[in-house]
Amino acid sequence: MSYISERIERINISQQKVLSVFLTAGFPERESFINAAKAVINNGADIIEIGVPFGDSLADGPVIQSSFTTALKNGITIKDTLKFTEEIKYYSDIPVILMSSANPVNSYGLDKFCNDAFNAGINGLILPDIPLEEHEEFYSDKFDKFDKIILTTPTSSESRIRMIDELSSGFVYCVSVVGITGTRGAFGNEVILNLERTYNTIVKNKMLIGFGIKSGEDVKTFSPYCDGVIVGSAIVKSLSADDDKFTKTSELVRELKEACR
Amino acid sequence: MTPKDNIYNYPDVKGKFGIYGGRFVPETLMTALTELEAAYTKYKKDTRFIDELNALQIDYNGRPTPLTFAERLTEHYRKAKIYLKREDLCHTGAHKLNNALGQILLAKRLGKKRIIAETGAGQHGVATATVCAKFGLKCVVYMGSVDVERQKLNVFRMKMLGAEVIPVESGSKTLKDATNEAIRDWVTNVVDTHYIIGSVVGPHPYPMLVRDFQSIIGIETKNQLKVKENKLPDYIVACVGGGSNAIGIFYPFVNDPNVRLIGVEAAGYGIDTDKHCATLSLGTTGIFQGMKTYLLQNVNGQISEVHSISAGLDYPGVGPEHSLLKDIKRAEYYSVTDKEALYSTGTLAKLEGILPALETAHAFAYLDKLMPSTAENEIVVVNVSGRGDKDLNTIIKETGEQF
Repeated sequence: MSYISERIERINISQQKVLSVFLTAGFPERESFINAAKAVINNGADIIEIGVPFGDSLADGPVIQSSFTTALKNGITIKDTLKFTEEIKYYSDIPVILMSSANPVNSYGLDKFCNDAFNAGINGLILPDIPLEEHEEFYSDKFDKFDKIILTTPTSSESRIRMIDELSSGFVYCVSVVGITGTRGAFGNEVILNLERTYNTIVKNKMLIGFGIKSGEDVKTFSPYCDGVIVGSAIVKSLSADDDKFTKTSELVRELKEACR
Repeated sequence: MTPKDNIYNYPDVKGKFGIYGGRFVPETLMTALTELEAAYTKYKKDTRFIDELNALQIDYNGRPTPLTFAERLTEHYRKAKIYLKREDLCHTGAHKLNNALGQILLAKRLGKKRIIAETGAGQHGVATATVCAKFGLKCVVYMGSVDVERQKLNVFRMKMLGAEVIPVESGSKTLKDATNEAIRDWVTNVVDTHYIIGSVVGPHPYPMLVRDFQSIIGIETKNQLKVKENKLPDYIVACVGGGSNAIGIFYPFVNDPNVRLIGVEAAGYGIDTDKHCATLSLGTTGIFQGMKTYLLQNVNGQISEVHSISAGLDYPGVGPEHSLLKDIKRAEYYSVTDKEALYSTGTLAKLEGILPALETAHAFAYLDKLMPSTAENEIVVVNVSGRGDKDLNTIIKETGEQF
């Protein structure tokens, strides 16, 4: 069992859902990022997803795009992202997942990336623009030391979801809605029906739900249909207008974690 | 390439042109791409689909477009004979309608209610708005705000045709960013929306689909030249941004090894500056907007902000098939600057009475370099991908009405 799977298992056994928090590397600032990460960890995050900024990401909404723009202005690269990961790992044993568009990873050099990411302590990878069809060709054997987390969406057929479950490791990332990242209004009945369908179809992996989760209430809505939740845009938005102690973001993480219990 | 196993036949079943192409998109889009590929595979052999498209190409688009002998331009260089493939005479003024007509027929058969498109110069936006008007579908066009400004006339045309034009403010505010925004729209509205991509770019099956719909340019050229000269051309010259007009005229000649295929990219202020779009000349391999291809990017894999005077060539990527054609040395790619392109619009206007689009002008500007090396018994075909009325504002601004 992988480091990530083991952590999820341990949390689920204690009757809790997992809280995975997405942070854009080097956001809100290069200097304050580690403190932001520590605040998120101290207030209950179980997994950190650290996002490599990319100027042309296809699945991200305005909040994360804008954080990427800021991070790129701050000069943040994969190298910085791995350095931040080392610092997080020095502080905590929390699993860290690197999330990136394929191009920065490809451009870094795949073999070098595998070595450096492993040495930095990265446990898993989410590359949203590597779908099932490109999975085998992109991920050489060198990637075996990472969990490769694949996404399902409401447009994925049941046979695709089964294949995704088969190829994915760590967990399966279930995208709640048809669309890009970011907070939205209430989730309709068709959203819940799809979550139920997906959760029932996935048998090998644990399933975490992401996209559009912004409050403890949302977590409660999704709890019956998952093993955990992923919160990204809501956290990034909170970080963009927080004080230097990250008071608001810490409160939000506590609220989300409370709803996981 | 005479032995059968050497015949050029791409993409493969995974949508790859050699190592290029593929489907690097979020999972949300995979089902739609698979459906589109299945529909295309089915309908491209369906006689009713073929007949409907052919009828539209003839009666609505005005095909076949002429292959015009450029007598005075030929005299100007006193070398090979120059023919012009007149895509500027297509309805809406450029080759873009060839593809938009094909895709709207597919969209209709897929039961889609809403059409989205990206546009740079506005020609693809106009073509898409046109087919949506003709078939009564809702049309939304994404266009970088820089392009909205420099191609105002086409923005107005799209609006008259009933399309909604959404200016895109992200990134470099040009074609690349319009494409990102269109893809994000598609990720959100994929259930009822078809995305009509305007060039041979994006995830499989688009580079194949758009190529096939544009190949009518090369097929006609081959037939027309056979009648006029009873031979194949020696050179085919076309401009390359994403590369759809170039692939359209190249593709039917790919298995004719003696026909030199020449793509001309935009060198902007010059390829020794950082303000150009010479992707095939200076790019490196990467993954962008759903495809693996040559890209202009920095060492960290961030896509460069590029520049061309022509909005249609102002793009940091290129169709994956061009990347393959470059690698296997079946096509050659060169570049000309903004200034050279601008100057050639005047030459063609004065010698042939044809005002080409600034995109097309890049192909003509390259003749200054190509023609001296040609022989009098040879034939050069230039693809006149579009007409230049849309660029008058830019030309006036750049030349101070000195033409």
